[in-house]
Amino acid sequence: MADNANQQEKNESLTRRRFLKNSGIAIGGLAVGGALGSLIPFKDKTTNEDVKTEQHVENYNLALMFFTQQQFRMVEAATERIFPADDNGPGAKDLGVAYFIDHQLSGDWGFNAREYMHPPFFKGEKVQGYQGRLRRREIFDIGLRELQNHSLTKFEKNFIDLDEEQQIDVLTDFAEDKVQLTTISPSGFFNMLRTATLEGAYSDPLYSGNRNMDGWKMRNYPGSQMAYTDVIDQEFKVIAPKSLKDHLGH
Amino acid sequence: MAKKLPKVDVVIVGVGWAGGIIAAELTKQGLNCVGLERGKERKTEDYFMVHDELRYALRYELMQDLSKETITFRGNEKLRALPMRQYGSFILGDNLGGSGVHWNGQTYRFLPYDFEIRSQTIERYGKKKIPKDMTIQDWGITYDELEPYFDKFEKMAGISGEENPLGPKRSSPYPTPPMKTTPALEKFRKAATNLKLHPYNRPSGNLSEAYTNPDGVSRAACQYCAYCERFGCEYGAKADPVVTVIPVAKKTGKFEIRTHSNVRRVLKSGNKATGVMYIDTTTGEEIEQPADIVVLTSYVFNNVRLLLQSGIGRPYDPNTGTGVIGKNYAYQVQKGSATGFFEKEEFNTYAGAGALGMVLDDYNGDNFDHTKLDFIHGGSIAISQTGLRPISNNKVPKGTPTWGKEFKANSVKYANRMLSVGGQGASMPFKHHYLDLDPTYKDEFGDPLVRITFDFEEQDRQLAKYLNERCIEIMKEMGADLIDPFEELGPYDITTYQSTHNTGGIIMGAEPDTSAVNNYMQMWDAENVFAVGATAFPHNSGYNPTGTVGALAYRAAEGIMSYREKGGILA
Repeated sequence: MADNANQQEKNESLTRRRFLKNSGIAIGGLAVGGALGSLIPFKDKTTNEDVKTEQHVENYNLALMFFTQQQFRMVEAATERIFPADDNGPGAKDLGVAYFIDHQLSGDWGFNAREYMHPPFFKGEKVQGYQGRLRRREIFDIGLRELQNHSLTKFEKNFIDLDEEQQIDVLTDFAEDKVQLTTISPSGFFNMLRTATLEGAYSDPLYSGNRNMDGWKMRNYPGSQMAYTDVIDQEFKVIAPKSLKDHLGH
Repeated sequence: MAKKLPKVDVVIVGVGWAGGIIAAELTKQGLNCVGLERGKERKTEDYFMVHDELRYALRYELMQDLSKETITFRGNEKLRALPMRQYGSFILGDNLGGSGVHWNGQTYRFLPYDFEIRSQTIERYGKKKIPKDMTIQDWGITYDELEPYFDKFEKMAGISGEENPLGPKRSSPYPTPPMKTTPALEKFRKAATNLKLHPYNRPSGNLSEAYTNPDGVSRAACQYCAYCERFGCEYGAKADPVVTVIPVAKKTGKFEIRTHSNVRRVLKSGNKATGVMYIDTTTGEEIEQPADIVVLTSYVFNNVRLLLQSGIGRPYDPNTGTGVIGKNYAYQVQKGSATGFFEKEEFNTYAGAGALGMVLDDYNGDNFDHTKLDFIHGGSIAISQTGLRPISNNKVPKGTPTWGKEFKANSVKYANRMLSVGGQGASMPFKHHYLDLDPTYKDEFGDPLVRITFDFEEQDRQLAKYLNERCIEIMKEMGADLIDPFEELGPYDITTYQSTHNTGGIIMGAEPDTSAVNNYMQMWDAENVFAVGATAFPHNSGYNPTGTVGALAYRAAEGIMSYREKGGILA
């Protein structure tokens, strides 16, 4: 497997060089060459030494920007139920999904910054989409509090102290709108959590989830490759994944 | 008090495909053009970190900021329209190049039937075939008249393709050969051929090989990196306005692009426009740009909104069916598709290109007999290999839960074992489908948003069902082990992505009573205003619209030149 990956990497470097060579002719005429020039230095650079140094670097991104510790643990547990560890590979917890969600909530996404949030607010038809005044970070605050309340009501325990089956039970009540809430839609909150879980499992590791690209590896997704010209017309092939970090020169 | 600038020959509102093409053509012939673009500048170097599904596909990096401006929507006139607060059904491009930057590159020519849809439908099936409120009409131009402009667009963009066996006459072959095919595409070709259908490689704006166009612009070949739709191309291999027509216009020295310039009004005196008023969004300053000719080339919604706000043209009245601005809003019927799961095979579906696909037109337009069918028109059917990115593609067979153990196991198992065959259904206009100004919701400047009143009709439900059945036949022949059953089309839902093929609102035609522009996109009611884009489509076909938008833009450029010489309404 590892050998395969190394071989693959060599092939890819060849492809890239061949591409750059071939496309040299195409950059003439009007200036439309673009990002190409800046791509040239990027790979080929990772020496064994670099890899070694990187292993000792502490990941300072594993801290919280939005959640309280209790909220963080609940999100870790809930997302693990949505996307559990199994024979295929790690679940949401080990992929860092809760960190991903925490970091997302502290930025544009959490504030619905690029969405139309102006009044008046009216309840609409389902097909008209979300019409609430609450922003995602507020929905998470309320949703997690209600998840905790529902756990206490139904099982007299904190959500994180429930066993797996009970956690699934509580989440199912949210997913199927079997909880009575006044401020938010239980299934709306659950769906947001589910979508964010998949985003955290499969987005570039740059965003603190998909740790070690294990989400991608699990489904043989090669991440960010510059070119597939050599495999596009071939039978299925596993390619060792690359992340956006691999595109930055050192 | 607005600052007033010196007059120019032509002011172009919105610099995407249509604006870029018109700027290139007019400046080459010596006219001075100013392009007003509400967004920022864009260039190929911007896409250095483009392989980022979260940022571009799910956080809409290249799209319009909805906090500043959106649209409102309702299913029918009895309902209150509410704002599209988040993206869903379609995505709106922003910045230089507009939607031409994030498109996939699928480049078709609408069918001869499309341009004469009303006459041909009546001729073959009788008047009764057209339901009471279906407002289809001929376009005031024929395919043969438009052919040279399609040809021009394809050569400029370097479209890669092969002859469509059921396609209309072409004056020349595609400028570059088709893209590579893939095992999944070959499977589709073989199955379709076995079923006596007529598959061909999808015409592509992602170059199959390095190409230099007639303007002398050279571009590199596509690398099949699988990041086209919602992304910009880091190679310049995908045809977009920024790497094709805009540099040509700039090179003349006669095209000035002003970014961060959001046009709010077309100014007029009598029956003619005198220029436009826009806001410099970096300073908030109001600026007046006088011009002899005003060309509207923003996206469908803003083209319509600008005219309605400026009081140019007769607003459409859905009760009487009179008036034209906002009339015949149409969309696309996308749900007639089939998803198949393969137990024993895996595919490189992580690789691909926006326009990479195999398509057939046996069930498109009037290529098949509709006598016993409860709908008109049809759709193209295709397998696409645009690249299955992992956040957005977690299809599991029907019956699998949407989360938890079984979901995860199946979503991982089928990640590379799932193929779909999709029908892209045409969308017919109806009397009660239209665009107007919302009475309640405003944009960042306090101007009303555009309001969409639209829903699917029986025509659409029947068409989706029919296309789904055809897709299933093909998928079966392809050997899928499991095929998802058909789901009813249901009501139009603005929350799920379907297609950014919004059309109509300033439609073209032969008569001023029933259309807003003539076949040069010149406004009947204001001869020095040209409104160019998919706004001109009286209905939407079973194809992606850009090829036809491009052809209409070349046609409009020619019209503007003759108007400049002769004046008056062009015939």
